[in-house]
Amino acid sequence: MNFLSYLISGISLGSVYALIALGYTMVYGIAKMLNFAHGDVIMIGGFVMFTAVSSQGTSPAIAIIAGIIVCTALGVVIEKVAYKPLRNATPLAVLITAIGVSYLLQNAALLVFGSAAKSFPAMINFPDWRISEGLTVSGETIVTILVTIVIMIGLTLFIQHTKPGAAMQAVSEDKGAAQLMGVNVNSTISLTFAIGSALAAIASLLLCSAYPQISPYTGAMPGIKAFVAAVFGGIGSIPGAMIGGILLGIIENLSKAYISSQLSDAIVFAVLIIVLTIRPTGILGKKMNEKV
Amino acid sequence: MKSLNNLNKNTKRNMITYGIVVAMFVFCFVYTATGAASNLFQGILVPICVNVILAISLNLTVGILGELSLGHAGFMCVGAFAGSIFSVMTSSSIESAFIRFPLAIIIGGIAAAIIGILVGIPVLRLRGDYLAIVTLAFGEIIKNIVNNLYIVKDSSGLHMLIGVDAYNNMEFDPLNKNVIVNGAMGITGTPKDSNYIAGFILIAITLVVILNLVNSRTGRAIMSIRDNRIAAESVGINITKYKLIAFTISAFFAGVAGVLYSHNLSSLVATKFDYNYSILILVFVVLGGIGSMRGSIIAAVILTALPELLRGLSDYRMLMYAIILIVMMLVNNNENMSYYKEKLFGGIKGKFAAKKNQNDGMKGVS
Repeated sequence: MNFLSYLISGISLGSVYALIALGYTMVYGIAKMLNFAHGDVIMIGGFVMFTAVSSQGTSPAIAIIAGIIVCTALGVVIEKVAYKPLRNATPLAVLITAIGVSYLLQNAALLVFGSAAKSFPAMINFPDWRISEGLTVSGETIVTILVTIVIMIGLTLFIQHTKPGAAMQAVSEDKGAAQLMGVNVNSTISLTFAIGSALAAIASLLLCSAYPQISPYTGAMPGIKAFVAAVFGGIGSIPGAMIGGILLGIIENLSKAYISSQLSDAIVFAVLIIVLTIRPTGILGKKMNEKV
Repeated sequence: MKSLNNLNKNTKRNMITYGIVVAMFVFCFVYTATGAASNLFQGILVPICVNVILAISLNLTVGILGELSLGHAGFMCVGAFAGSIFSVMTSSSIESAFIRFPLAIIIGGIAAAIIGILVGIPVLRLRGDYLAIVTLAFGEIIKNIVNNLYIVKDSSGLHMLIGVDAYNNMEFDPLNKNVIVNGAMGITGTPKDSNYIAGFILIAITLVVILNLVNSRTGRAIMSIRDNRIAAESVGINITKYKLIAFTISAFFAGVAGVLYSHNLSSLVATKFDYNYSILILVFVVLGGIGSMRGSIIAAVILTALPELLRGLSDYRMLMYAIILIVMMLVNNNENMSYYKEKLFGGIKGKFAAKKNQNDGMKGVS
């Protein structure tokens, strides 16, 4: 392994972080809350695909579609049941509820599937790309990077050129004013959760293909790291999530390779703390003034 | 006269809290003295004391300061390891546990408080979700570093190393090598100095310090930051200073609880102090009532004792905690559900009227 191959696998890992970070950043931008359960939605998506392929024997394509549908529904249900009643509550109450939901999903999966990690079946069949002697890019990496780029472009177009996208922008700018202008705030927030959770399902496919294992704890760490990525890039900003995710993936992989594999998590979190101390709004974030 | 009445009410409330702790202590003392107590009962006394201290100290951050800390187990980890390292190193020179253990507790508490200050200075400028995630990150960093920490004593002195590679590459004097902290294997051979009497003394000290803090000028300043940060700042309250005071005291007592915890076990590993432990402490605080020290004590006792006494529930314990968190938040913070709650519990009003007013006050926090 040389520097270039570490870099490429870093970009691949970072693309997955970017996809997850999109879910965080969109929800944060619109509902002004940190959806702690996002990482666990990823885990549930992974388990749906795992169950579909391994025990039901369906084809990967159907399993992936099932995973996306289940995650989307789960995201909307979580929002309706746990977060919507707290729309006017204190941020502390919402945050504790989100932690509760995350814990609930994790422990429900623990009861159903057990704590042992299971091997995730290969679902992506794509030829490896051999660039030169000793430098091969695996098929999964290529697919991961391509899928992320396509989703980023699609999402940007959706938000900037469609009516629901404009509604999302309006709600994130000013919820009250948007409602007065005839935007249905509740359905816009639901739509945001649905899109974020669908992206989480795709992220879970890519994540579980790159590290072919799944356990109830699969989603927790990537979820937190993706939040770090979202903050790094500037929360609320879609290109920011992309940049933050990829930079974080590269930092993590390079520190694993050159500093210490045991301390790489600590280094990633140190990045978060440094970013928040120096530039709390992240790379592309806007500074928000507080109204008294 | 009004201030006198207020004072009396506060003192009375605190007296009830102290009374509960004393009653619990007397019960444990008599029950163990008669010899009727089972091993299981004696075994959970120290963990209960540890969790009570943790719950009270986290309630200072969550209930009084109004910020969510998800790294409380990290401070506990620092205290536990600092106290254990001290005890292991001095177990031959200081023979009496009566001198060694209090020293270990002070050292553990101070170590955690220092880390609390180091964490607090950069972090406390942040608020809300950001602060929560950064404390979580710090908890993970502390766990990660301690998990890779090696402390070795040989003839050339004390060596502190981070990372297994550094440990393997280092050359030690083979005759005199004494590994005190062995990376992911943690620390072994901590003297078993903890007992429930020490635990109750520590609970009492924690309560005295924190209840007095809450009712002091400092405490009122901290609560004013919680209730309205901008208004507090505009009347000249130094926000960073008071936040740091609350955060550091909270970390100190988490460290104390860690020392008590580590001296109850023969071996200690850093992975015990993970995110889940921090959440568990948060569950105590939320179930007992955010801002209520008495509630934290009761919730910590019940939630520590129940799963131990009812083994059959242990599979569903974590799931229960999750549901407790969600339901408590929904019931207390949603207008419709609060209405039904009040209707349901309206019968036992008079007694709880004071408490309800207090809860209503909490709702205004934003």
